[in-house]
Amino acid sequence: MTGRFSWFNATSVALGFAFLYIPILILIIFSFNESKLVTVWGGFSTKWYGELLQNEAYLNAAWVTLRIAFVTATVATALGTIAAMMLVRSGRFRGRTLFTGMVYAPLVMPEVITGLSLLLLFISIGMDRGMLTITLAHITFCMCFASVVISSRLVTFDSSLEEAAEDLGASPLDAFLSVTLPNILPAIAAAWLLTFTLSLDDFVIASFTSGPGATTLPMKIYSSVRLGVTPEVNALSTILIGLVATGVIVASLIGKRAERITEAT
Amino acid sequence: MKPNRLLMAIPYIWLLVLFLAPFGIVIKMSLSDLAVSIPPYTPQLDISEGWAGLRALFANLDFENYAWLADDPLYINAFTSSLIIAAVSTLLTLLVAYPLAYAMACAPRRWRGLLVMLVILPFWTSFLIRVYAWIGILKSEGLLNQLLLSVGVISEPLVILNTTTAVYIGIVYSYLPFMVLPIYAALEKMDGSLLEAAEDLGASRLSAFWLVTFPLSLPGVLAGCFLVFIPALGEFVIPDLLGGSNTLMIGKTLYVEFFSNLDWPVASAVAVVLLAILIVPIFLFQRQQQKVSEQ
Amino acid sequence: MVNDVNFRPWEDPEAAPLIDIANVTKRFGAFTAIHDLSLKIYPREFFAILGPSGCGKTTLMRMLGGFDEPTSGSINLEGEDLTGTSPAKRPVNMMFQSYALFPHLTVQDNIAFGLKREKMPKGEIAERVEQMLGLVQLQDFAARKPHQLSGGQRQRVALARALAKRPKLLLLDEPLGALDKKLREATQFELMGIQEQLGCTFVIVTHDQEEAMTVSSRIAVMKQGEIAQVAPPEQIYEAPASRYVADFIGDVNIIEGHVSAGGESRMSLSWREGEPELVVETGIGLPRGETAWLSLRPEKVSIATTRPETDNALQGKVLDIAYLGNVSTYHVELANGQVVKAQETNAGRSGNRGITWDDQVWVGWSAEAGVVLTS
Ligand SMILES: Nc1ncnc2c1ncn2[C@@H]1O[C@H](COP(=O)(O)OP(=O)(O)OP(=O)(O)O)[C@@H](O)[C@H]1O
Ligand SMILES: [Mg+2]
Repeated sequence: MTGRFSWFNATSVALGFAFLYIPILILIIFSFNESKLVTVWGGFSTKWYGELLQNEAYLNAAWVTLRIAFVTATVATALGTIAAMMLVRSGRFRGRTLFTGMVYAPLVMPEVITGLSLLLLFISIGMDRGMLTITLAHITFCMCFASVVISSRLVTFDSSLEEAAEDLGASPLDAFLSVTLPNILPAIAAAWLLTFTLSLDDFVIASFTSGPGATTLPMKIYSSVRLGVTPEVNALSTILIGLVATGVIVASLIGKRAERITEAT
Repeated sequence: MKPNRLLMAIPYIWLLVLFLAPFGIVIKMSLSDLAVSIPPYTPQLDISEGWAGLRALFANLDFENYAWLADDPLYINAFTSSLIIAAVSTLLTLLVAYPLAYAMACAPRRWRGLLVMLVILPFWTSFLIRVYAWIGILKSEGLLNQLLLSVGVISEPLVILNTTTAVYIGIVYSYLPFMVLPIYAALEKMDGSLLEAAEDLGASRLSAFWLVTFPLSLPGVLAGCFLVFIPALGEFVIPDLLGGSNTLMIGKTLYVEFFSNLDWPVASAVAVVLLAILIVPIFLFQRQQQKVSEQ
Repeated sequence: MVNDVNFRPWEDPEAAPLIDIANVTKRFGAFTAIHDLSLKIYPREFFAILGPSGCGKTTLMRMLGGFDEPTSGSINLEGEDLTGTSPAKRPVNMMFQSYALFPHLTVQDNIAFGLKREKMPKGEIAERVEQMLGLVQLQDFAARKPHQLSGGQRQRVALARALAKRPKLLLLDEPLGALDKKLREATQFELMGIQEQLGCTFVIVTHDQEEAMTVSSRIAVMKQGEIAQVAPPEQIYEAPASRYVADFIGDVNIIEGHVSAGGESRMSLSWREGEPELVVETGIGLPRGETAWLSLRPEKVSIATTRPETDNALQGKVLDIAYLGNVSTYHVELANGQVVKAQETNAGRSGNRGITWDDQVWVGWSAEAGVVLTS
């Protein structure tokens, strides 16, 4: 739609983005607060960052979380790519409705239900809870997000390119690897990044499926937040926001370049 | 073709085992009894007894937990108040999101990518952190009260944190991108000449909006409402951190039943009821997504 | 070949077809896209498939390429059944309507794609790519990506890529659809040249009847999943098999009547009370009373202010004149309301010899001008 960008529109945008960003900005500002009280400004300082880096519990949790997120993102993106190919390219197959349902339902399923049901599964098959169970749980819901991101790219990708490759003598797998994959790479990268942050962020499902010794960063943050607001958590949040924002911006720049190339074709 | 089929089957089987099958286990658990043991429930399937074990298992399942839920007003209240909170906050989110999405769709084409990214960006930052950010703002000695007191609008600090109001703010804030993006997508692909045609045919700008723009954006509005309402109904973090002990929500009840009371069978029964409530909206959401993706 | 009047393998009962489509039916669910279609295409033919949108042209091509399998019937290539052979294993290549160039590969890598799958030695690949680039005159663009090419250049890369493997059969699905008229016409001749040079068989789908007439050795006109007629272009035009074909190719007058006096070569057609009977020269004998249609091309109908000396002459009033530059078409309404179109070449500058709207005129044509159709 190309309409008139009126004053009303400008106000909506300004208020909307103020609502979205002011809380985050305040959080970041107060991470540099000298005072222990997070709501009273006591001068600029980076001491909470220093303390954070010495807090062994946080560092351990961060390391656990990063390892889980890395494995989750990699496996979930691979499975999500296959699932997206099934959704977009396979036409009708037996059990398609069930499969579509299982891909879309986790996107909106309340986390407490997913968490509880997975935990009961792990218990009933006698699996020890820990990093492995958290990772399995994360892959399950993350692959659905990945497949949605990738399939939205696949539908705009002309399927006659794959047919052309097969026509020229490529096997279906070869056609996928040499033609489809290079062209949906930006979407795959975006899916990896999204699933990485989803796994990094998740608190509810991780707290259901984790066991002794596997405390993730959100679980650690949650327990400190329950004890009250602390500048250390602000500092940690700022670091995470910075990392994620950089990642997203870089990814979107890559995506934009790829888009421009495909648009020109 | 054969090895490809096998490869294709992996996500299918994965979801069957790790997404669908666990619901069966939840249902079975909801029919079991609480026990003081590890794990804390009976009966348990004794595989060594084979068929007889299975029969014994079924003989010991009953609907006691559901009767318990129906009897105790705590659970009924939790369900109704969750439904109300989820519905009201979906509506509030829509009211905040629509003008923003509309303005984004009206913006010059070269800004739109940036605006979309700015809406998505908060979604990528930790949910927990974004909820946490509001604690500092809404506390009685928090920034909002400091601001209002210094301006002189109020003389006593407002109590917002640990009330339902804070939960509303938290849900609207956290789920806003889910509402803005589908509405924006619907508005963005709308043909601008439609509005001009409506005005040309004598509609005022306001009535052109109600007669043309809004109906055409309905698929986006619907998708957004599903994306907010369904997860909000089972939300745990927001009522727990912002709503305090005053807010009753079913996700929180489930969490507490499970972790504090260690009553797995009742927690499972709560999950089953919640799922039963959500099955219709989830089904509608999935059908709508399929329709959109088939276009 | 195409231009060689002696190239008529379909008339030779001994000739072996390259492609033999035998009783092929294709259904999508309950919908029948191709119905019991049989067709033989011979080596070195330039075969055109023509038909309205949705008649099943693409479906037929996709079955030849191996992207879809027939619901029943078989497709044979040089006598071998192709059923179950994947597109990758068929000596058939396709030039896609959308070109389907791989956007992440350069022009030369696009052309080399199929050769690499064949495990052709590197040196030979380079040689073949060079040769194909020369064939389509794109030597200077080898290192470009598809998005750096114009529409016409992309179309030629798609052609080169499909031809690189030296297929026995090349399928072209509306290859020139995206080009403007001038470029289209130039490319049509280029295509014919390339086909002649390589001596392979082309099957082309097109919407454009002029294009089909220009390039092809034979045309198949399709109607709702069936073939209405297969014949060389001049035969399709001059001797259409049915009103459908006559109407589909070019402009035509169709006059319905009954056979009043039959004969082996000449017959009379009574078509309206009070009007003189029409005299037609025809190869077919029809029984008296049979309903028949006279199909008459406008350029074979003359127009004059006085009664012409032709076998058939009718009087009417000029209803409309369409000036098309080189020719003008006059729409003449006869006494009973039937409209006959007559076409005149505008030889002189003022062209129309003074005939204008509402003038009383005569239209006339010879007995050999039209064709009698029974369906
Ligand atoms: N995969 C499919 N599923 C269902 N119906 C199909 C499918 N492919 C084609 N059809 C139907 O078969 C008919 C023939 O389609 P086809 O694409 O062959 O037409 P076409 O002659 O190539 O038309 P056009 O000139 O518009 O390209 C159409 O009615 C179309 O809707
Ligand atoms: Mg077609």
